Amino acid sequence: MKTLADLRPGEAGVIVKVGGDPDLRLRLMQMGLLAGEHIQVVRYAPFGDPLEIEVRGGHLSLRKENAREILIEPLPGASATRG
Amino acid sequence: MVRESLLADAAPQSLHHQGTLLVALAGNPNTGKTTLFNSLTGLRHKVGNYPGVTVEKKMGAYRDGDGAVVDVLDLPGTYSLTARSPDEEIARRVVLGEMENVPRPDLVVAVVDATNIERNLFLAAQVFETGIPTLIALTMMDVAADEGIAVDVAALEKELGVPVVPVIATRSVGLAELKRRIAKSARHAARGRGWALEARIEREIAEVARRLRDRHLAPPESCDAEAIRLVGIEGTPQRIAARGGAEVDQAVSAARDALTRAGFESDTFETERRYGWLRPIAARCVRRAAGCRRTVSARVDGVLTHRVGGPALFLGLLAFIFQAIFAWATVPMGWIESLVGGIGSVVASLMPAGALQSLLVDGVVGGVGSVVVFLPQILFLFFFIGLMEDTGYMARVAFMMDRVMRNVGLHGKSCIPLLSSFACAVPGILATRTMENRRDRLVTILIAPLMSCSARLPIYTLFIAAFIPGSSLVKAGVMTGLYLLGVVVAIGVALVLKRTLARGESVPLVLELPPYRWPRLRTVMVQMGDRSRLFLKNAGTVILASSVILWALSYYPRPPQELAAAGASPVEHSFAGKIGHAMSPVLDPLGFDWRIGVGILLSFAAREVFVSAMGTIYNVDATGEGTGALAARLQSAVWESGPHLGQPIFTLSVAIALLVFYVLSCQCVSTLAVVRRETNSWRWPVFLFGYMTVLAYSGAWVAGRVTSLAGG
Repeated sequence: MKTLADLRPGEAGVIVKVGGDPDLRLRLMQMGLLAGEHIQVVRYAPFGDPLEIEVRGGHLSLRKENAREILIEPLPGASATRG
Repeated sequence: MVRESLLADAAPQSLHHQGTLLVALAGNPNTGKTTLFNSLTGLRHKVGNYPGVTVEKKMGAYRDGDGAVVDVLDLPGTYSLTARSPDEEIARRVVLGEMENVPRPDLVVAVVDATNIERNLFLAAQVFETGIPTLIALTMMDVAADEGIAVDVAALEKELGVPVVPVIATRSVGLAELKRRIAKSARHAARGRGWALEARIEREIAEVARRLRDRHLAPPESCDAEAIRLVGIEGTPQRIAARGGAEVDQAVSAARDALTRAGFESDTFETERRYGWLRPIAARCVRRAAGCRRTVSARVDGVLTHRVGGPALFLGLLAFIFQAIFAWATVPMGWIESLVGGIGSVVASLMPAGALQSLLVDGVVGGVGSVVVFLPQILFLFFFIGLMEDTGYMARVAFMMDRVMRNVGLHGKSCIPLLSSFACAVPGILATRTMENRRDRLVTILIAPLMSCSARLPIYTLFIAAFIPGSSLVKAGVMTGLYLLGVVVAIGVALVLKRTLARGESVPLVLELPPYRWPRLRTVMVQMGDRSRLFLKNAGTVILASSVILWALSYYPRPPQELAAAGASPVEHSFAGKIGHAMSPVLDPLGFDWRIGVGILLSFAAREVFVSAMGTIYNVDATGEGTGALAARLQSAVWESGPHLGQPIFTLSVAIALLVFYVLSCQCVSTLAVVRRETNSWRWPVFLFGYMTVLAYSGAWVAGRVTSLAGG
């Protein structure tokens, strides 16, 4: 299974499961990272971590170690943002 | 409910206690909530803290169309009411009417960003599910229109079942309508929950709610929301115990069993179901034109967070800010100095020489003046911080610097408070308010005073000029070394604190990167005003008191006539002088004489007072041109007694030891007072002062030893 941290900038996927620390998981879900949601990696920070993601038009930043807890189904190609 | 306006002095009409409404603003961060608050209340507002916590409490008031006074409480910006952070806990308790000294609001205005409706409605729904009268203010309507987002307000209102009022707070559009609807909707109970679970689970939840209601454990209209919380994410044993114990516990367990049998997780069903209800509503009420969302912002981000360009631009910006603080701010600082000097001379000329004159001129005016002189730097700093926050750039700084700050065990958000502390630790510590994680915030507060602030600069300049041999390049190198020393020690302290006092897994923060926006000058100005008021309040109380005490120590007792006539410094005869002498056993290992001891003692009000204290002790006017004279006087000062009789007091090793002492010590009442205020306890300022003094003393000893061994 791939995780969010496996995606390169511009690549997108569909969230399968948000895992990890219960508080963080809850916070991410409250911010809209639910299973079935389309998610895209926008860029990595200049020093390689954290990463910027886009979900439902909102941009969030989270650290790689947390991105590894988010299981995704990659979407083919550098998919465009869903509108 | 009849009560007095919480802003009685700002709104005199409400003094007859009739019908003052209390409205709370709730909303996600970056939604224009603060702008709306400012537009509603104008400049009439008060800032304080909630009891026991360091969350900022902002109150204001306005008069509506009928002339009635409406109090407005700006709740902290949160993404939910789940009470996992201090901010959320406050927002939740206010909405449920459980906050001490804050009555339950008559209405909550849920601020919803029209460009990000779904996520914002999540919080709004949590609010109106508690049954409290709720109104949605739809902000950023202009930005939404620019981004091709159209909202069918009437449909949204109908589907959600709560009033929705579109506003453009920056241009005061829709405010009159908002005020009218607030007056109309207040005290009309909200609709409650709009989503449902399977009938079997609902029955169990209703049972929990019934028990809460029967035992008056929550406001009747909030029992359903409270039951959902207990069954779900907040059903910790402690919370259940606080909410009625065994009987409720039993009902909660039954509801959880029903949930599990239906295939739900107790900590996620609420979030999933609420979004499951809101998303179709948003889809029906919001139309997006294809392809033009956030394109400008995304392009700006491509530059500002670029792999190379991003950090480079950030460094450039920092250089600019430091230029402003250390070069441009010196002009108004000069004005304040002259003003303070002028007031001092006027006071001195108006009254006969004596204790009272000295108290007013040296103690009150001089003491408070030496701290107030930093006001321009603080204003400049908060102007830039405000701009960075308001445009959305601050979030990018945290994003870029997170990796770096993490090496020290901190978060990207610690970056700005620490950088601000190079100007002054007080605004730096106040700037930690944007940090949500308590531990990270505490560590940042405790290391911020190690950044060399501008009050240390006069001491560095004087001693480097007088005692560091070599070219100006060497002197500049030593100056840089002092700044670096503070940073390196701060890193060490942070690493130690993270492994000891502030241990425990820190909640990994999710950072929102809001779209870039043009800054709103008013928001920036209001924030500048609030923070500088805090600073001045400090100067008027704690610093005034300590200045007077320190003055008394250096003034009393007076020397006998014959000594004064002989030209001896009256300071030697004073309590401060006696304390200085008494400190000898402590000072000796560092090679400091009693005069340095007095200087250190008196500089407790503000570090740069050390320079003027030296001036007083050596009878040299240390202002303006006088620093050169003071440097010369210090170079020629010799021991008048003891084993070093006749030798110079200020050797290179003493000068270096003294410099290191000032890099590492927390000789600053303002900093300690603001730490006391921000942590709400005496423990942390005492700890801060203690650890920094130990570091400073041992650091000075080592530095002195190394220098003399190297032949200094």
